[in-house]
Amino acid sequence: MKIRIANGRVIDPANGLDDTRDMYLADGKIVAHGRAPDGFAAERTIDATGLVVAPGLIDLAARLREPGFEYRATLESEMDAAMAGGVTSLAIPPDTDPVLDEPGLVEMLCYRAKKLNRAHVYPVGALTIGLNGERLSEMAELVEAGCVAFGQANVPVVDSAVLLRAMQYAATFGFRVWLQPLAPFLSRGFAHDGEVATRLGLPGIPTAAETIALYTHIQLARATGARLHVTRLSSAEGLALIRQARADGLDVTCDVSINHLHLSEMDIGYFNSNCHVVPPLRSQRDRDALRQGLADGSIDALCSDHTPVDDNGKLTPFSESEPGATGLELLLPLTLKWAQETGLPLGQALARVTSDAARIVGITKAGHLSAGARADLCVFDPAAHTAVRRDTLRSQGKNTPFLGLELPGRVHYTLVEGQVMHELS
Amino acid sequence: MRNPQLNKHGELQHLLTIDGLPRSILTAILDTAAPFTAVAEREVKKLPLLRGKSIFNLFFENSTRTRTTFEIAAKRLSADVVNLNVSTSSAAKGESLLDTVDNLSAMQADMFVVRHAASGAPFLIAQHLFATGRDHIHVVNAGDGRHAHPTQGLLDMYTIRHFKRDFTNLTVAIVGDVLHSRVARSQIGALTTLGVPEVRVIGPKTLLPTDVERLGVRVFHDIREGLRGVDVVMMLRLQNERMNGALLPTPQEFYKVWGLTAEKLALAKPDAIVMHPGPMNRGVEIDSSVADGAQAVILPQVTFGIAVRMAVMSMLAGQQGSK
Repeated sequence: MKIRIANGRVIDPANGLDDTRDMYLADGKIVAHGRAPDGFAAERTIDATGLVVAPGLIDLAARLREPGFEYRATLESEMDAAMAGGVTSLAIPPDTDPVLDEPGLVEMLCYRAKKLNRAHVYPVGALTIGLNGERLSEMAELVEAGCVAFGQANVPVVDSAVLLRAMQYAATFGFRVWLQPLAPFLSRGFAHDGEVATRLGLPGIPTAAETIALYTHIQLARATGARLHVTRLSSAEGLALIRQARADGLDVTCDVSINHLHLSEMDIGYFNSNCHVVPPLRSQRDRDALRQGLADGSIDALCSDHTPVDDNGKLTPFSESEPGATGLELLLPLTLKWAQETGLPLGQALARVTSDAARIVGITKAGHLSAGARADLCVFDPAAHTAVRRDTLRSQGKNTPFLGLELPGRVHYTLVEGQVMHELS
Repeated sequence: MRNPQLNKHGELQHLLTIDGLPRSILTAILDTAAPFTAVAEREVKKLPLLRGKSIFNLFFENSTRTRTTFEIAAKRLSADVVNLNVSTSSAAKGESLLDTVDNLSAMQADMFVVRHAASGAPFLIAQHLFATGRDHIHVVNAGDGRHAHPTQGLLDMYTIRHFKRDFTNLTVAIVGDVLHSRVARSQIGALTTLGVPEVRVIGPKTLLPTDVERLGVRVFHDIREGLRGVDVVMMLRLQNERMNGALLPTPQEFYKVWGLTAEKLALAKPDAIVMHPGPMNRGVEIDSSVADGAQAVILPQVTFGIAVRMAVMSMLAGQQGSK
């Protein structure tokens, strides 16, 4: 199908582009900007006047809950959420049930996702079998099956000798290792070990749980030459360690979640279990540092850390609740909110959920709008607002700390490989 | 954010924590409790304030002592009391907390007195009742995790007021395991709200929560320094399992360094009172000579506890009647 997207404000962070122009799509690809190629006869014209045309968002962490947790969400429900949110590529953490440690499982997941023909999925394979931190997974085979990197989701490897070997083995092939910095024993609490946890009597998780693990991961990356991606940074001290590692010349990238970018321990209020996330929401000082770090590029990417949890998992006392929050549909609005609040140019903000995220996953065909790129697009109205309500969220997980808020931005069209997969009714 | 304890008129709807309650409400509870202490002296120890009301003691964590004092308080107000040890019934069969609450609500409960091992459980119940339009059922927190034990905090305030008259010229020390203590958190909240100018916490760093000074207290690790010149010493119970989590080496060492002995108590004001929420570990946090000594007011605390719980229950369910 040949599509002309007319008169939109085209923002392509990868190419430093931000102006009003037409775009032409054919055979699932972007074929031209500005002037139509010779003989181009559009079968459909999308009027994007007043709208932003950006690369489809790339989310570094979206749990689709398949296989194993279909009562919480299914590929169908979460793919709908992705399309409604303008997210066209998803990195999938390996903590499914069974975990993504077998090539067959990964192939099945990719096949199921492809058949649905919506967002592209990029599985992150399990670094160790069963995420048990004991035996290495078949990384080479898993990459053939479709994995783009290896990680442990939020299950720490307790034995640092195993972690050293796993990183060496991954480095043998140049695979990137995605690790969440959680020191195993210090991470047993439920909230940031600070004033709010003290007041509410919730067992705390100190900042040292993050920094100790980061020291370990960075030192092992240094020793093995593994390319390290640090997932879900939560503290100012952790960010300082990342900056230092980069100043030392290490190939380290990192991301932060929408929750940690916008919220702090104060948002727990009277035991709001929707604010029970991993790592814990930390202090306002930490949040401010993360916002600054994402703006100046010390933090490479912003992700939703989409983790659908059903009501049974949340309607319990805080410490007994399942951690996690739904987020796929909030990634764009919370990127825009952060950009507005920090005065960041839209293109620079969108880079964190498009081109920068693409670089970490290793996606070259998308995340930008160059001619020849995959026509994965998000067309949205930056001036409109989206209400976050249980009845408007497409995800099967209705629990998020942002429920009840009006957030900036509304997606009008989501295109995947040149096909309109979502259209605002 | 809506304070779930207060109704739209700013009156007490539930008693979940001392935090966020105005001084006027705390004082009103203490004032209401005063005449109830006399009821215990009468031959017929009953008042008709809660006649026809059903109070469910919903204990997800075992406690004979607290449950009994709530039961006595409710019965003295002529309420019908049902005791449920949920830890040994439905919860053990996998029923969720809110399912249990829904079932009991359907039995026309007027009040739940809740104890739960998880911090915040009574808030969840109160929010659930609000969300399901059953806000006429009151919730009293009888202790949740490490978070709060507001009636204990209030009976302690009643005891202090009884012996010291005024809060605004006192120095009060809380000694021991503050980290795990819901009692200490409620005491700190009540003392600071009632205008005590100096509240001290004394203990090893392993048993004091992070940023505890943000709650408005002065931190001491040396008990001798901390007890100097205080008017009130509030001891906390030390649970035996604290030795397991690498928080303390032995009970003997704790007693040696932080146990309240006559010699250490002599550093406080001569008329200082000694309090303990019970049950006591003699020879661990407190020496018998102090526990049984002239300055101890530990048994009056228990007596006042019934009057204070009568006050709370009657203020919640008595005057407002059935809506």
